[in-house]
Amino acid sequence: MGRTVSLTIDDRTVTATAGERLLWVALDNGIYIPHLCAIKEADPAASCRLCFVEVEGCPRPVTACTEPVRDGMVVRTRSPQIDRLVATGFELLMSVHRLDCAHCPKNRRCELQKIAARRKLKLRPGRLAVIDRNLPVDESHPLYNYDPNKCVLCGRCVWVCRQLARAGVLGFAWRGFERRVTTFEGRPLGEWDCSACGLCVEACPVGALALKEAAR
Amino acid sequence: MSVAQKYGALAAGAGKRWEERAQKPLLLVGTATCGRAAGALEILRCLKEEVGRRGLEAEVIEVGCMGHCYAEPLVVVAKPGWPAICYGYVTDGIAARLVEDFLLNDDPCLEFVLAALEPNDLVPSFADFPRSRYEHKMVLGRCGLIDPEDITHYIATGGYAALARVLEMAPEEVIALIKASGLRGRGGAGFPTGLKWEACRSAPGNPKYVICNADEGDPGAFMDRTILESNPHGVLEGLIIAAYAVGASQGYVYVRAEYPLAVERVRTALEQAREQGLLGSDVLGSGFSFDVELFQGSGAFVCGEETALIASMEGKPGLPRHRPPFPVHAGLHEKPTVVNNVKTLAYVPLILEKGPEWFTGVGTSRSPGTAVFALAGKIVNTGLAEVPMGTTLRQLVYDVGSGIPKGRKFKAVQIGGPSGGCLPAELLDMPVDFDSLTVAGAMMGSGGMVILDEDDCMVEMARFFLDFTQKESCGKCTFCRLGTRHMLDILTRITKGQGRPEDLDLLQALAEDVKAGSLCGLGKTAPNPVLSTLRYFRDEYEAHIKERRCPALMCQDLIAYYIVPERCERSCNACMGSCPVEAIYTTPDMLKAIDQEKCVKCGSCVDACPPQYRAVIKVSPPEVVADKAEG
Repeated sequence: MGRTVSLTIDDRTVTATAGERLLWVALDNGIYIPHLCAIKEADPAASCRLCFVEVEGCPRPVTACTEPVRDGMVVRTRSPQIDRLVATGFELLMSVHRLDCAHCPKNRRCELQKIAARRKLKLRPGRLAVIDRNLPVDESHPLYNYDPNKCVLCGRCVWVCRQLARAGVLGFAWRGFERRVTTFEGRPLGEWDCSACGLCVEACPVGALALKEAAR
Repeated sequence: MSVAQKYGALAAGAGKRWEERAQKPLLLVGTATCGRAAGALEILRCLKEEVGRRGLEAEVIEVGCMGHCYAEPLVVVAKPGWPAICYGYVTDGIAARLVEDFLLNDDPCLEFVLAALEPNDLVPSFADFPRSRYEHKMVLGRCGLIDPEDITHYIATGGYAALARVLEMAPEEVIALIKASGLRGRGGAGFPTGLKWEACRSAPGNPKYVICNADEGDPGAFMDRTILESNPHGVLEGLIIAAYAVGASQGYVYVRAEYPLAVERVRTALEQAREQGLLGSDVLGSGFSFDVELFQGSGAFVCGEETALIASMEGKPGLPRHRPPFPVHAGLHEKPTVVNNVKTLAYVPLILEKGPEWFTGVGTSRSPGTAVFALAGKIVNTGLAEVPMGTTLRQLVYDVGSGIPKGRKFKAVQIGGPSGGCLPAELLDMPVDFDSLTVAGAMMGSGGMVILDEDDCMVEMARFFLDFTQKESCGKCTFCRLGTRHMLDILTRITKGQGRPEDLDLLQALAEDVKAGSLCGLGKTAPNPVLSTLRYFRDEYEAHIKERRCPALMCQDLIAYYIVPERCERSCNACMGSCPVEAIYTTPDMLKAIDQEKCVKCGSCVDACPPQYRAVIKVSPPEVVADKAEG
């Protein structure tokens, strides 16, 4: 086991094991940092770009999910620069997220709603135009639906489907703006020999993968 | 046999062949991609046919590119007793005459001469060109003068001598020399090469790897391609030395598959180096074993980023990942890996051969050595130029590149490709080196330089590069995937005359955030074209938004074609005939006019109107036409 280190996050002194990632140390100590893609057991994907923090001595904001804790580290989870980056990142995500909270099965349990509430951000983009990708919703699976228009591409479902369920049904395809979570050849989820373990639904921080009404 | 003896034997054999060859007339044809595009293969065929038909004792040799791409196809005739003369813009007729008149009858066809290679009493040489005052060839030294597919040419001109010397040194000494030279990575970021090697050497893990990054993808950049096509052994020697220095046993050359000729020439180089004992087990009898594999990239721009490059080599999707760990600690297959750009490696043997002082003697103190630029766009001498770091943009554009064609006015230089920025005329006297460029909001990048004149719209330029990066974004991280898309949408809106007053502030803010928030170098630098044009050409953005006017008359939606009545000749009809949609009609007073409803803005009428009238002009905003009609 690594040695114990002591660091300061937002003026609070916390202890952790050297090498642990800052994001988890903060969360374990009840200090909130917005995040979507992070999985404690996995190498950080660092793709959602929401967990930015300031570390004393670093010229630029760093992502907390990739930053190993060090003894004497001084961290700020809020600053004008951090708040601006998080607000822009969040607004970018919301500009392609089909917003229909009232009818969304994840309403009130959604990470996007949580981030908006904690950081006092608006769900509806203020500056950016809303782009609806209008991708077909996959309702072929008996247990759950997949709405790619709500997906934030965090990749958590892909990771659990591969690493925990060992099913490998879900994966990323396409690139750039077209990047999406899908299946091999984009075939409907119902066609796959999926054990319906439900881990992907559990992992999804938003309403993209959600149980069908009958299964709830 | 010692390494020196083994190398001595190789060099002697190569030297003998080189001497023998020099006894007969040589015809060198530049068949790099630039030459081929201009028809060099046809010239090659023609020369071979003429020489064969006449049964001459001359040899026709394919070489790479000398950097004078504007004058391709190029042929160098080296006839014993004569200076070696380079001919430009060669056609098959000229090629036939070179054989007939020069080789057979001692008439050097002075009317077709571009320049002699060396100063002499007969014809002006390249040294008499104004650009030669600024040019300083290091990595381009052999390009265009040796056969890239014949290793003996490289060895006969001193190639692999540095390797032979290095193999008798301690790896730490090699690293110390590279550190002393101050060589900085030529891929764009300018990281000190010696430090990178040292970090890899001292990193725990085995085996270690070295990778030559030849995934050159910037629009308008072709330095790495040219070097690989013209002198692949120079790069390969650098790679072998790098491997020896860091303790790697396996190397890769990662070339994009869109460079088929470079791929072919690297493959040939690898085979020949293996045959000569310069690769494989026990290199030159030194006990050091190293081999190189060719890896073809499949055409993703982002794979030029080292972590994405490595991922794609591992068979994974070519997506970048967070650094650290840096590849020198955990690269290919999680092993310590050095990734160096083509040009960086090409400097290595030269530095070790001539010493670090030779290298630091050129360029600036913080950016020693030379910079290789691919000059493209609105410039007379398109092609490659190698100049000392610290040369000013003005010298590059006007002295090396011979300025802007057609007497147009210089507007900006787009430097560093989609990661770089547009620098205006006010900055022409800025020295070009890693640090000055970054301060000015551009970046050295890999060396692409696109020159823009007054007919180029800077908003459109930013839109073009954003369109590129948006398409090439891998999509992994939020800022790059969505930020570039929104920036592109805003820029597209502005070029269509639908910009809103608040767009500029939004664009600026978004660009700054994408720069700060993106995961990898692609996203971190993608906003540079936007930020630099906003910084230096804000008035053009404002004209688009506030007046719906494109000052450069380039944005199709913001211009109209108009026939100036005072200039129209009335009876010539050339414009009418050229119009594909019959938008031009004759007014009652026999003048020509354009029906703006029908006009598709193809511009054919401008070209058709005889130069003595120049009656058809572009105007912006389009409403100007209506005003003129009323006025």
